[in-house]
Order: sequence, then structure tokens, then C-alpha cells
Amino acid sequence: MEIIRPDASYDIIGKIKLFVGVSTVFVVLSLLLLMTKGINYGIDFTGGTLVQVQFKEAKPIGDVRSALAGLSLGDTVIQNFGSEREFLIRVEKSSGDIKGVESVVKTALIKKFGKDAFEMRRTEMVGPKVGADLRQKALSSMLFALIGILIYISFRFQFRQAIASVVALLHDVIITLGVFSLSGKEFSLPIVAAVLTIIGYSLNDTIVVFDRIRENTRASRRAEFSGLVNKSINQTLSRTLLTSGTTLVAVLAFLILGGDIISDVAFALAVGIVAGTYSSIYVASPILLAWPEPARRGSRGKRSSAAKA
Amino acid sequence: MRGVSWRAGLIAIVIVVSAFYLIPPAERINLGLDLQGGIHLVLEVQSEKAVESKMSRYFTELRNRLSIDDIRTRTFKRDGLRLTVTLHRPGDRGRFLSMMQNYPDLTLEREEGTPPTFAYFLSSQQVERTKEQAIIQAIETIRNRIDQFGVREPTLQRQGERRIIIQLPGVEDPSRAKSLIGKTALLEFKMVDSQANVASAIERGRAPEGLQLLYEVSRDRQTGEVIERTPLLVKREAALTGDNLTDARVEIGDRFNQSYVAIAFDSVGGDAFDRLTAANVGRRLAIVLDGVIYSAPVIQERISQGRAQITGSFTLEEATDLAIALRAGALPAPVEVLEERNVGPSLGADSVRQGLISIIVGFALVLIFMAIYYKLSGAVAIMALLFNLLILMGALGFFGATLTLPGIAGIVLTVGMAVDANVLIFERVREELRLGKTIRSAIDSGYGKAFLTILDANVTTLIAALVLLQFGTGPIKGFAVTLSIGIVASMFTAIFVTRFVYDFFLHRTDVRSLSI
Repeated sequence: MEIIRPDASYDIIGKIKLFVGVSTVFVVLSLLLLMTKGINYGIDFTGGTLVQVQFKEAKPIGDVRSALAGLSLGDTVIQNFGSEREFLIRVEKSSGDIKGVESVVKTALIKKFGKDAFEMRRTEMVGPKVGADLRQKALSSMLFALIGILIYISFRFQFRQAIASVVALLHDVIITLGVFSLSGKEFSLPIVAAVLTIIGYSLNDTIVVFDRIRENTRASRRAEFSGLVNKSINQTLSRTLLTSGTTLVAVLAFLILGGDIISDVAFALAVGIVAGTYSSIYVASPILLAWPEPARRGSRGKRSSAAKA
Repeated sequence: MRGVSWRAGLIAIVIVVSAFYLIPPAERINLGLDLQGGIHLVLEVQSEKAVESKMSRYFTELRNRLSIDDIRTRTFKRDGLRLTVTLHRPGDRGRFLSMMQNYPDLTLEREEGTPPTFAYFLSSQQVERTKEQAIIQAIETIRNRIDQFGVREPTLQRQGERRIIIQLPGVEDPSRAKSLIGKTALLEFKMVDSQANVASAIERGRAPEGLQLLYEVSRDRQTGEVIERTPLLVKREAALTGDNLTDARVEIGDRFNQSYVAIAFDSVGGDAFDRLTAANVGRRLAIVLDGVIYSAPVIQERISQGRAQITGSFTLEEATDLAIALRAGALPAPVEVLEERNVGPSLGADSVRQGLISIIVGFALVLIFMAIYYKLSGAVAIMALLFNLLILMGALGFFGATLTLPGIAGIVLTVGMAVDANVLIFERVREELRLGKTIRSAIDSGYGKAFLTILDANVTTLIAALVLLQFGTGPIKGFAVTLSIGIVASMFTAIFVTRFVYDFFLHRTDVRSLSI
């Protein structure tokens, strides 16, 4: 069975302006979203308290809201979590006191609904100091990952390929963050892990294409570079789609079945995989074209004038 | 075919070793707190308060000794870490200095004038030492309390200079465990001054000289809510503290079924308590725990057996925990909670179930796809994937790594990614076959040409995973661990093992067509 015919020859490079345009629009839209709407940072980064409560039976969200009204816990967000009887309560306040904000919430709920009407299933409290620490660490880890990859790719390929792949990576990360901003989903610590994974994984397809370009370049030094890139993309198209496809399938299974706590991670991964596949084909290679190869620049002659023709 | 037997041997060894470290899975695989339920706490010891309380203790002690030794002073004052004493009689100088020999921590800064004025201070070296001791002692005390509370496999770890990470798996009542751990449990006995005017002290917002405004608090047994707060003025200086206890136990009163904590003093404490009660019959003694008055009974008679009771409005559980805390001793300084994450056991079990289902479904979908797309070769890849999962779980057992919910996400991701290498190889082999190569040479060059690509692609993901391993804490680390092991294992299973399968069959039989 085949999804892409072996002799397939799509003119991808010919439509490069279109694809670069599409990518640019997505990246710009994402950046605009990030600047205006921003990211809904979770308590891992802002500090605060999160309580997950499960009631024995379904409760109107208004009742839960009114139970907590007037507690002066700061900005409070209450939402259903998975079912009608389960709620996620997120408050702005955190407390260094051992009893914590959690006990204030618990007491208020006992008062309204009685002691045995609910179960506290999860509590997370992050103080402001830790929140700032985690923010710092998250940023530096992304930076380290990017630098590490940049170094490795420069070492294995050439610097321009490294730059092209890092630009493709930034494309993937920015779009993933943009989709997060758009969806209003909470950006928490596990999402950072997902973004880092995207940084590592979305590169796989790019490497497959680059490898093929290198191989084809060796085989036929005389060919026009853009045609060579087009050929390489076509030759690797089926494996690019297949490898991303199997990973996407597994991640989607997790998104649907893995439970609400982790579903946002699966969501981020899914978005990142799709963006990463797109960028391997339509972002990384055009950058290579825009940046002439040093070896070719060295011997300006028939070849480079032919390439321009 | 070359090397079939040594490769078979290596594969067999890996299977056996993985299985050895995996079986039985329930014992070998550590579940993280997010999967089995439990508390994760990050505390910060406010060690500067230990310095403060050391100075204040020295100040009180010195004042007592000065009066016992009849050394009169014109001024005796404390200002932060500094202590200034001006003697009344110049002749007391020798006796004063020899008394100060008992306080080597205090450094003499200067002496001037007649009668002499002495200035002492706590050196920064001493301050650091006191802080360090406070942290070590806090960890020890908390460990004691947890041990007595009875938690399976608790972990207590110092992080950085003054943070403590505590993990308590399988705790059913997190708030109870937390309040036991974090309670300073500073027990003080302070005389109530019933003459002083409480109302005016509240109005002015401060207590008269030498006194302190504290509240006697009674709580609702059900909700723990404060029902009543009675203000009392007590002596600032504690007559006796919990330092002098030898034992604390819960007992239940005969009359109201009310639980209380029975305490026993050591000989120093017993004598002091004897003197205190003898001198103050008919007056009220406040029992203060962490700045809150539990009760303030009237002293009925002299108590000389060195025993006392702490009563108050607490439940049996609270009394039990108070007794534990008093036995383990007070924390040398209060602690602040920086971070807390706790998960109930039912939620953890849900996560395990959902995680397993997603792994199985993800696996099944990949299996179906590979079998349809690559037929028998797909089956070889699936076998490699199963093998990969076996190694992954075995490695978790071997390293004693913890499986967390994000860790399960890492496994699911591995299921999707591990076949990538096989896809790359198979596509390459198909290409070579199309060029008209024989099966054997198509497989040879398929594996050969795909190898470096696979290596490069995996190394970049591994770089990201390793950064995550450095940065992550707890659950996130679990993700980095499963992802890293999964990637490395996939290099072995997807390349080495599948290659072996092909070589094995091509070696044994005369294969005419390749199902790919």
C-alpha cells in the first residue's frame, strides 16, 4: 500500500511563495494573539491554588460559585472538569501557611454542601517564589534545547541547515503557542514539556529531508539546487507523512482517552506535530534555497549561472 | 549470514534482563504521587527566625542570671543581633565577664567607660551556623514526626540552602499530614495577667510592657472553624517551654469523653513546674502552642510530680498529632509552604486506568496501520515495538525511576515514534527494490542509508528530552525519563532487532519475495 506514489513529483518549490505566505500569516497571527490575548498561564507560573473537587452528584456551577463567593481569594475561576459533578477551582491566592487556601475552600464547601457531599481529589498550590523560579527555568530550558540542537545540526550538517531547522522549530513553537492562546487553554508545566518535545521531534522530518538533499547533491553536483530540493522533498514525502501520522495517531488516542488532567499536553503535542510536519516540507527547505551554499559560492562559474537561469 | 548467533544471544539477554527487572511489575515500577495519590510539599525553613529566637533566648537567660548573681545593671538592652550592658558597680566587671564565658557565641565588640559598658554581637559566622543547624534540626524533627505518623516510604530531601522536599505517598488525609509536618509545635507556659486591662490593650493595639496579647481559640469539632476567640494578656516571657518534655500521650477524659494530651517533664522541667505552680496557686496559666492559647486553666494546687495535661477543643486526631509533634520536638524555626501538590488515591487510580487504555489503543492503532501498510514487515516492526515497551518498563525498574502521568504520555509518544525508524527503513527498502535490487541488497542498503538519518533525528529529540530531565521536577522528570529511554530503546529494537529478523530469515530460507 502507498499513500504517495513513488513517482510523485509535486511542484512544491514552484509554489514556495504561497507556502511561505501561509506560514508567515500563521506566525504573524500567532504573534499577534500572543501579544494581545496573551497566554493563559497556569498556577505553575503565576502562583496560586488549584483545587479539583468531585461531588457525589451533579451540582450546578452557580452553587459552587456562590459557596466560594465572598471568601476574598482573589481572582477565582470555577469550571466543570470532565463531568457535571467535577469542578476545577482556581484561585489567585496562595498561602505559605501550612493549612493553605485549600482548607479555606474546603471549609466553605462543607458549610454549603455538607461534609460527605464531595471529595477533594487534587490540590496544587504554588507560591509566588516558586512560580517565578519555574518561569525562569522553563524559559532557559527552551533556550538550552534550541542551542543544543543548533550545535548538533551544525556539527552534522552545515550551519545554514542548522539555522533553517531552528527557524522551522521557532515556526512550530510559535504556532503551537498561538493555538494555545486562541484556545485559552491553561499553560502549565507539563505543557512546557510538550513544547520541548515538539522542539526535538518536529526536527525529525526536517532531518529526513535535509539528509536526502545532501545525498542527492552528492549524486548529481550539476543539478539545479531548487530542482534538487524539490526532488528530495518528493522522495521523502511519504515517509514524512507516515512517521508524523503514526505519532499523531498515538497522541490523538491519548488526547481522547488519557483523561482531562493530561489532555492539554496531548493537544499541544498534536498541534506541534502537525505544524512540525508542515514546516519540514514548506519552511525549512525554502530557507535553504534563500541562502546559497558556501561550496557553490566558492566556485562561481557555469553552475551558479545555470542555477540562476 | 554473519553474526546471526551472537546477535540472537544479545537479544535474548536483553529480553531476560528486561523481564527480570520488570517482574513483578507492581513491585518493580514506582508509581509517582500523581498516579498512586499522595502529597508533595516544598517547605522553606525560615532559618533567620531561629537566629532571632536564639538572641531572644540569650537575652532572657542573661537577665535571669544577672539577677541571680546579683550583678546590677544601668542598662541592659537588645537591638537586633546586638546586646548592650552597662554595669552599675565597676567592681562587678570580673564576675560579669566570667559569667559571659558561658556564652561563647556572643562576641565582645567593645568595652568602654567606668562603670564599664559592654557591647556584644552575634557574628555572621555564628548566624550562619545557627541557620544551618536550624535546617538540619528541622529535617530531623519532621522525619521523626512522619515516622511516628506512619507513612509508607516517605522521602525527605534537602534542596538548595533551606528548602525541604517532602513526598508522602498514599496519604489519605492530606490536611492532617500537612498540619502535623508544618506545625512549629512550640509549646510555652505563660502566666496570665488578670489585673491588666485587656480592652484597652486591644484598643491601643499593643500590650503593656512585658505582656503579650494572645487569643484563646475554640473551634467547631466538625468544620474546624473558629467559634470563639477570647483575648488574654499573658507574660511575654515563657515560664516553661516544651524543651523540657520527656513524653506526650493522648488520653481520654472520664467525664466528657474529651481527649487531652498528657505530658511529662524531665527533672529540670518538673522542678520548674513545681516552683511555678507552688507560687501561683489560684492564678491562671496559659498553655500556648505556636502563639495560640489552647487553654488557660486556674492552678488549683501545687503540681510536683512533673506531669500536666493540655486540654482544649480538639478532636482525637488533633490530640494524637499534637502528642506526636510534642514528642518529636518543636521545629527550631517556622516553615513556609512554597509549593504543594496532592492527589487523592481515586484520582490517581483513574489516571492509571486512562493511561493504560490510551497506551493500548494507541498501540492497536499503530499496529493496524503498520500491518496494513507494510504487511509482514509491519508485523516485524510491531514486534520490535513490543520489545521496545518491554525494555522501557524493564529500564524503569532497573533505574528505580518513577512512572508519572506525564511519564505515561512519554510512553504513548514512544509508541508513536518508535516505528518511525522502521518507516524510514521500509520506505528506503521499497525504493531500492524499485530500482531493481535483490531483496538482500535492498535490505542492506535500506538499513545502511537510513541509519544516519535515524540517528540524527533521534539525537535531536534526545537533546530536548535531556534538557527536560535537567530542568524538570517530579512528574515532568517522569516524562523526560520515559521519553529518553523510549528513544534509546527504539534505536536498538527498530534497527538492530528488525535487521536481525530479516537476516535470520534470509539466512535460513530462500526468500523470493519480501512482504513490505
